[in-house]
Amino acid sequence: MTASIIDIDDLTVAYERRPAVHHASGSFPVGSLTAIVGPNGAGKSTLLKTIVGLMAPSTGRIVRHDLPRRAIAYLPQQAEIDRSFPITVFDTVALGLWNEIGLWGQIAGAGWRRVADALAHVGLEGFGRQPIAALSAGQFQRVLFARLLLQDAKLILLDEPFAAIDERTTEDLLAIIRQWHAEGRTVIAVLHDMDQVRQHFPQTLLLARETIGWGPTVEVLTADALRRARTLAQGWSNGHHHHAEHAA
Amino acid sequence: MIFYDAIIAPFADYGFMRRALVACLALALGSGPIGTFLVLRRMSLMGDAMSHAILPGAAIGFLIAGLSLWAMSAGGLVVGLAVALIAGIVSRATSLREDASLAGFYLISLALGVLIVSTRGSNVDLLHVLFGSILSVDNEALLLVAAISTVSLTTLAVIYRPLVVECFDPGFLRAIAGRGSLYHVIFLILVVLNLVAGFQALGTLMAVGLMMLPAAAARFWATTVWSLAAVSIGIAFVSGWLGLLISYNFDLPSGPAIILTAGVFYAISIFVGRHGSLRNRYFPGAHFHT
Repeated sequence: MTASIIDIDDLTVAYERRPAVHHASGSFPVGSLTAIVGPNGAGKSTLLKTIVGLMAPSTGRIVRHDLPRRAIAYLPQQAEIDRSFPITVFDTVALGLWNEIGLWGQIAGAGWRRVADALAHVGLEGFGRQPIAALSAGQFQRVLFARLLLQDAKLILLDEPFAAIDERTTEDLLAIIRQWHAEGRTVIAVLHDMDQVRQHFPQTLLLARETIGWGPTVEVLTADALRRARTLAQGWSNGHHHHAEHAA
Repeated sequence: MIFYDAIIAPFADYGFMRRALVACLALALGSGPIGTFLVLRRMSLMGDAMSHAILPGAAIGFLIAGLSLWAMSAGGLVVGLAVALIAGIVSRATSLREDASLAGFYLISLALGVLIVSTRGSNVDLLHVLFGSILSVDNEALLLVAAISTVSLTTLAVIYRPLVVECFDPGFLRAIAGRGSLYHVIFLILVVLNLVAGFQALGTLMAVGLMMLPAAAARFWATTVWSLAAVSIGIAFVSGWLGLLISYNFDLPSGPAIILTAGVFYAISIFVGRHGSLRNRYFPGAHFHT
């Protein structure tokens, strides 16, 4: 059995006393590449946020094995970022050096080169001086991946990295995810496209507030399990949003 | 020389005009960057509400000590911070949205402030509190305003990086550094401090004007945070300077003259600004051929 990097132990996380994640348990093995899937409102983003430390467990706990805050990189959903903000592509990517430069440090010579390299790596060479407001959603996601590259983290958490992103960009970014996986980093991504998950993600966690399945993707994404997740989702009421679910 | 008479002479001839001009410079230096962050954080309404919230505090100071600079400033500071805090708690703990809760608070504050001043003061006192009197700024008030600008700029320099990131990508900041709300609270304190400074010169109703109008106008001219702040400072100071001259030459009240001048800059920016203005939208000119 491989060692785990994150253990989830009977975890419940609630918004205003409504559980978003309900008595979930399991482990992410070191170096695993896991997709988190499930209906809307299933607690996928909440689980990521709790692992990062943005939300606190109501009951249960998350055990991070030998993993300081700086070893975790987190990609928020694009909707949580103000894309009209007056900041350049270079400055956004350079935030990936935060662990090295902190609140007041300056970027040393090697840092400048690393930012430029990261931009080249995501196919945005020469975009450094552009304001982020001028970028398309796909280009902006490339910028955020360049920032993740600089963070050089052991654990990388991606919240819907390909939502509203063009196909070409998705392909390029998937290649980066595979590279992270090959480098032995642990990657956890919230995703919606089941074909993409089956094709690129060896492990899957199917979440519907509780864990429906967790393990090798082929064993988890069965028609039966997906149906169970959907049925559970239909039972969530009390003013929760019911968008058309695309987790099928 | 007509130019000298119109633009320079009033300041050369009168000490109160010079002090007012220096007060405008100090206010511009503090309010420009603070207003920029208010606009970027989409907190314009918050600034408005807090400026009104200062009124009952200043009024209580007035009740206790008369037209005392320190009593009114301290009162304004305490009540301004309290209202910002309570409005935040109310919107988080109840289903009322923050803008509605802020509107509620500032209407109550305004009514309460006017009521308190009226119980003891005259209408002249009331006008002074509501609209300020930059032409009667004395050395003591000038020191207070300058001190607040100094504290604001220094603090902003220290928390600049996390504050920018917190506006733009709050999840990232909290994930990588934690304590995102710490910077928010420090920023709110700076907002109230600058409103207290502006209140001395422009009154509670006008103080927020020198914060919001230049910052909103700057959005049409600059595309990075530091240049937005610099343009805001410039517009705020020039508004103060021209406003004082208009007030002096045409015998008009100084506070409204300054704010209206800033308003003219804002209107001009909407029409002909370099970024996102009406001119860009309807007369974009030739597009690039690549």
